[in-house]
Amino acid sequence: MMFQRLLSGDTPRSRVLTGLIVGIVLALAFAPFLFPGTRSLDTAARICIFIVLVASYDLLLGYTGIVSFAHTMFFGLGAYGVAIALSNLGGGWGAVLLGTVGGVTLAVGLALVIALFSLRVRAIFFAMVTLAVASAFAILVSQLFHITGGEDGLSYQVPYELSPAFKLVKGKILDVRLDGRLVSYYLMFLSAAGLFLLLLRVVNSPFGRVLQAIRENGFRAEAIGYTTVHYRAIATCLSAGVAALAGVLMALWLRYTGPETTLSLDIMVDILLMVVIGGMGTLYGSILGATLFILAQNYLKEVMDLIAQATVGLPVIPDLFAPERWLLWLGVLFILSVYFFPTGVVGRLRGSPR
Amino acid sequence: MSDHETQAVPSNREEHPVLVTEGLTIRFGGHVAVNEVSCAFDRGTLTAIVGPNGAGKTTYFNLISGQLPATSGRVRLHGEDITDLSAPKRTERGIGRAFQLTNLFPNLSVLENVRLAVQARTAHGFSLFSMASNHVEMIEAAEHVLGRVGLLDRAEDVTATLPHGDQRKLEVALLLALERDVLMFDEPTAGMSVDEAPVILDLIHEIKSDPSKTILLVEHKMDVIRSLADRIIVLHNGFLVADGDPAEVMRSPIVQEAYLGTGAADHV
Repeated sequence: MMFQRLLSGDTPRSRVLTGLIVGIVLALAFAPFLFPGTRSLDTAARICIFIVLVASYDLLLGYTGIVSFAHTMFFGLGAYGVAIALSNLGGGWGAVLLGTVGGVTLAVGLALVIALFSLRVRAIFFAMVTLAVASAFAILVSQLFHITGGEDGLSYQVPYELSPAFKLVKGKILDVRLDGRLVSYYLMFLSAAGLFLLLLRVVNSPFGRVLQAIRENGFRAEAIGYTTVHYRAIATCLSAGVAALAGVLMALWLRYTGPETTLSLDIMVDILLMVVIGGMGTLYGSILGATLFILAQNYLKEVMDLIAQATVGLPVIPDLFAPERWLLWLGVLFILSVYFFPTGVVGRLRGSPR
Repeated sequence: MSDHETQAVPSNREEHPVLVTEGLTIRFGGHVAVNEVSCAFDRGTLTAIVGPNGAGKTTYFNLISGQLPATSGRVRLHGEDITDLSAPKRTERGIGRAFQLTNLFPNLSVLENVRLAVQARTAHGFSLFSMASNHVEMIEAAEHVLGRVGLLDRAEDVTATLPHGDQRKLEVALLLALERDVLMFDEPTAGMSVDEAPVILDLIHEIKSDPSKTILLVEHKMDVIRSLADRIIVLHNGFLVADGDPAEVMRSPIVQEAYLGTGAADHV
C-alpha cells in the first residue's frame, strides 16, 4: 500500500517490466558494493542522473506532446549555476545552495518566457525556437569564458563531505571505503529517486491527466474548458526545473562542468533516443532507456573487443567487431530497437496501451 | 447583401435571452461563410438549426463556442460580450459543445475522457501533487454520466477501440459531464444506427425538460426536428433565411426551396 502511494498508483503493470525495474533499482542502490571501481561507479551515477533528465524530458515529449531541443540548456543552467558558485565562492554547501537556486530559477524563468512566446503557435515553431535559444545559449557560454571557463569549462572543489578525502567512518564495508565518493553517489541516487517519484506523482495528478488530454487532442481539451497554453507552460517550466536539478547533480558528481558534459547537441540527441528506446509517455521508460543507453555507450567497446578476440582467425568478423567501430554498432542497435519496439521497451512489455 | 438581415429579427419575446448573436460574420478570403446572423436563444428552449450542407451551420456553431474568431459581429452570453474570449473561457462561462466529427481523446480510456470533462468544471486541473485516482467524486460523477449514455460497461476500454455509435455516445457524454447552461449538439446522431439513435434523442429530451438549459441542435433528420424543436432557424449560404415555429418554417417557400429542395428530402 505504501508502495502504491509512493508510485502514485502507477505501477509498471507487467511482470517482466517490474522485474527489470526492480533489478535496475537494486543494482543502482547497491552499485558501490556490487560493482566496485571508479569507472563502474561513475557509470551508475550517470545512469541515476540521466534517469531524471530523461524522465523530465518525457514529461514534455511523451506526456504533453511538446518537442523541445532546449533540454540540455536547462540541464546546463543547473550545472553552470552550481559550477560558477563553487568556483567563485569555494566548495561550501552555501555555494551549492546558491548555485542551485540561481540555476533552477533561471531555467524555470527562461522556460516560461520561451513557453509564453511560442507555445501558442504551431508545435514545429516551438521546436525551432528552443533549438535557436539553446544554440544561442551554448555560444554565449563559450563566449563568456571569464565566467564560464569557455570551451574548457570549470573545475572546482565540491563540499568536503562529497570529496574522496572525507571519511564517513574509518575502515571498510565489503571492501568498500566509506568515503566522500560513496556519500556523493548516494546523494545522486537518492536525489534521482526522489525526483523520479515526484515526476511520477505529477503525471498521475489531475494536472498530469490534462497534459495527456492535450497530447491526445488539444482542440478538444480547449473545448471542454482547459486553456492549454497555461498547462503546456507549466509543464515546460516543471520539466526545465527538474532538468536543471539533474544538472546540479551532474556538476556535483563530476566536479567539472563544461559544454561537452552539459550543453552539447549530442546529449540532446542522446536524451531523445533514451526516451524513445524506453517508451514515450511511460516515465518507467526513462529508467530502462537511460540504463540501456549508458551501458551501451560505456561498455559496447569492451564487448566488441571480446567478440573480435574470440573470432580471431575467422574472415571479416573480427574486422566488423573492431572496437573502433562501436559507434556503428550503437547506431545499428538503436535502429533495431526502434524498429522492433516502436512504442519503446515499456510499451512492448505492457502489450497494449492502457 | 444586407437585405437578408431584416428577416433575422432578434427575438425579444421573453425576459432576457441567454445567448445572442448580433450580426455575426466570418469571412474566409472572399467567401462569407456566416453572414450577419443575428439571433437570440431563450432559456428552456430547443432551437434546431437547419440548412443544406455548406450553409454555415457548423461554422455558426464554431463562432458561438469560440473555435473560430468572428470577422465582425458580437456573441453575448447572459448579457456579457464573449466575442473576444477563447473557447475554454466561453466553456467556463457556460457554453458546452458536442462535435459533429467525433473529437475525443483516442488513447485514453472511456472513463478518463468523461472524467477529464468533469475535472474541467472543477478547479483541480492545476493540482500537481494529488493523485487523480484519489479524487473519487470526479470518477463517480463520470461513471454516472457514462451510465446515462449507456457506456458504463465500456468504461475501461480504450476510446479508439469503440465502434462509431459508442463514440458518438461518448461525444455526448463529454458535453453532459460539463453541466453547462447552453448545450450545442452538432448532428448528434450522424452515422448512428436506427436502434442506437434513440439513446441520444431520449437524453436530449431529458435535458430539454430542465428549464434552465438552452439547447441548440444542428440536425438533418426531419423526424428528429419535429419531435424535439421548439423553433427552427434556417441558414442558407451563410444567411439566416427563416426563423420561427417548426411547422410554419417548414411550410415557408424559402425553406422548401433552400432546404428541402436540395436533396435534404433524402433524410426525411
